[in-house]
Amino acid sequence: MSEAIRTSDGELLSVKLKKVESRRRATAFLLVTPLLLFILIAYIFPIFQMLIRSVDNTEMNQLLSKTAIVIEKWDGKELPPEEVTSTFYYELKDLIANKKHGKIATRLNYEKGGFTSLIKKTARKLDKFDENGNFLDQFMDVHKRWADIEYWLALKRGTQAFHGRKYLTTFDYEQKFDGSIEKIPEKKRINVTLWLRTIFVAVGVTLCCFILAYPIAHLLAALPTRYANLLMICVLLPFWTSLLVRTSSWMVLLQTQGVLNDILVSIGIVADDNRLELMYNMTGTFIAMTQILLPFMVLPLYSVMKTIQPSLMRAAVSMGSTPFNAFRKIYFPLTYPGISAGSILVFVLAIGYYITPALVGGSKGVLISNRIAYHMQKSLDWGLATAMAGVLLIAVLVVYWLYNRIVGIDNMRLG
Amino acid sequence: MALPKYTEMRYRIWHYSYLIICTSIFIFLIAPLFVIIPLSFNAEQYIHFSKGMIALDPDAFSLRWYEDMIYGTKNPWGIAVRNSFYYAFFSTIGATTLGTIAALGLSSRYMPYKQLIMSVLISPMIIPLIISGSAIFFSLAKVGLAATFPGIIIAHIILGTPFVVITVTATLSGFDDSITRAASSLGSPPTNTFFKITLPLILPGIISGALFAFVTSFDEIVVILFVAGGERSLTTIPLQMWTGLREQLSPTIMAVATCLIVMSTILLIVTELLRRRTERIRGITPR
Repeated sequence: MSEAIRTSDGELLSVKLKKVESRRRATAFLLVTPLLLFILIAYIFPIFQMLIRSVDNTEMNQLLSKTAIVIEKWDGKELPPEEVTSTFYYELKDLIANKKHGKIATRLNYEKGGFTSLIKKTARKLDKFDENGNFLDQFMDVHKRWADIEYWLALKRGTQAFHGRKYLTTFDYEQKFDGSIEKIPEKKRINVTLWLRTIFVAVGVTLCCFILAYPIAHLLAALPTRYANLLMICVLLPFWTSLLVRTSSWMVLLQTQGVLNDILVSIGIVADDNRLELMYNMTGTFIAMTQILLPFMVLPLYSVMKTIQPSLMRAAVSMGSTPFNAFRKIYFPLTYPGISAGSILVFVLAIGYYITPALVGGSKGVLISNRIAYHMQKSLDWGLATAMAGVLLIAVLVVYWLYNRIVGIDNMRLG
Repeated sequence: MALPKYTEMRYRIWHYSYLIICTSIFIFLIAPLFVIIPLSFNAEQYIHFSKGMIALDPDAFSLRWYEDMIYGTKNPWGIAVRNSFYYAFFSTIGATTLGTIAALGLSSRYMPYKQLIMSVLISPMIIPLIISGSAIFFSLAKVGLAATFPGIIIAHIILGTPFVVITVTATLSGFDDSITRAASSLGSPPTNTFFKITLPLILPGIISGALFAFVTSFDEIVVILFVAGGERSLTTIPLQMWTGLREQLSPTIMAVATCLIVMSTILLIVTELLRRRTERIRGITPR
């Protein structure tokens, strides 16, 4: 048997190599650790924490902790027993003393409309309650809504620690108090429209970007480098310019009294008193988003087209194919990687667009992100906002996963 | 792209219509930016091309909106400019340092779970800003950093790192390992090799990553809308523009926008020069 190979310090070569390899592995991992930890702690973890808000109701559960326990036992078939009403009375009294009843009023109002005024009116008269009397009767004396079992059912449901009802609202469904799931009344439906509009705009903008980007990317790839670099400025300058600058330039152009309408009027295509409505609707959102996202489609397409040998097309034509057929059968399939990279990039960016729709879109051109921002900042229904964010996140992650499968993030290039 | 003389008529027509189509797409891309520039020199209050401007009458042009931008009392553009540079400067340093170190590890052949870790590190670029904004706001609020300078800088570092990671790993992917091995075999210690050999070679990649991080922070609007919480002293140029645009499209905003276009032109030239330098050093064209 031959002697095993050893290094100069007498160790087996195979062992030594493994040691070196694991040391290098550790070094590489150590280098990545600071950023990885930073992103995990400051970004990924907060996103999970935020998404928990969409099902989390522990705050209400704690504010009315005793009521939550006793009301859970109540079957909800008829008005609640004295055990429930008395517990609720004492807890409400404490909350009023601590000035926290406004919070439960808002939260309960999400469960059933009219709860805000109900709690407020009850709070004003709570000190007149006779603590030896029948609480349910006294509640009903304060406000007749307490005689409606649905308000008590809303209280029961509103004090549960976790629930998934915000996800139903996200798609315009609601859970009735008998447990059945139904669509909400037609005039209140808005979210499904917004989801569909967001998908429509994202797909449409991606398609428009593809149609516009393909010819110019092809031209850039075919031109000699000197001219191509000059024309590339037209693509890169918008890419490097602030989003708000580009959005405001579209506002200048698209307004009813804007530059585009002025030109059309002066040429005589459009009458002065009949100017086109290009802004504060879908048209505005669509045009502006297409121009803003176009560079993200041109750049990947260009980098792929640059690698395609022109001789392939010439070979096909010389062998009798028409130029169109050569393009269709040879050139176009070779650009698939660029098409998929650009489309997915544009789609992912478009689906979460917020600033441009908010400024150019008016009420008819806003997208789901604007709705999330509205619930986050104005209506303060954070449960609903985070539920919507959760659905949007899943949609984006699916596309991201596809991108990874098709293109691979290692191949992502900028500029 | 001159056509050969023997080209058939229909291909000639097709060729020229193709060129016209391309020209109009290029105009669609670039024209909106150039509309703003002359309008910022408008002497009138209204944002449109007045008769005087079209006739190139010198009286129709003025610098009053630039004066208003600098001295005007209504909008604190001064604070906004200072803050924007301040956030961008510190977050660029943070993002570039963290991102470059991570990219060095990620480019190693021995890096375990490369794909998974890369997807996590890139995620701030992919996840919609509205989600990032609210998540970062909630977490900063929890530790008392919402609406503070450090809070905004942390948020911008998060958003900037993916760009640094991507550009630096791309530069390193074309890096020839035998150079560093040659240095080691000649007796250079690893730190020395890094600072004397590796760093100068990947510097253009780091700088262009840093520029991306800078622009990301400088232009950022969605996350800061949440994180700054309407605090006036924390405002930035994009935030001021956002508030201004929501109220009324004023000529002062056109003046600010023109300044930003000039700035992005400079940035574009710098990145282009950097790219050419990388090509020259490596002697190859980047993929």
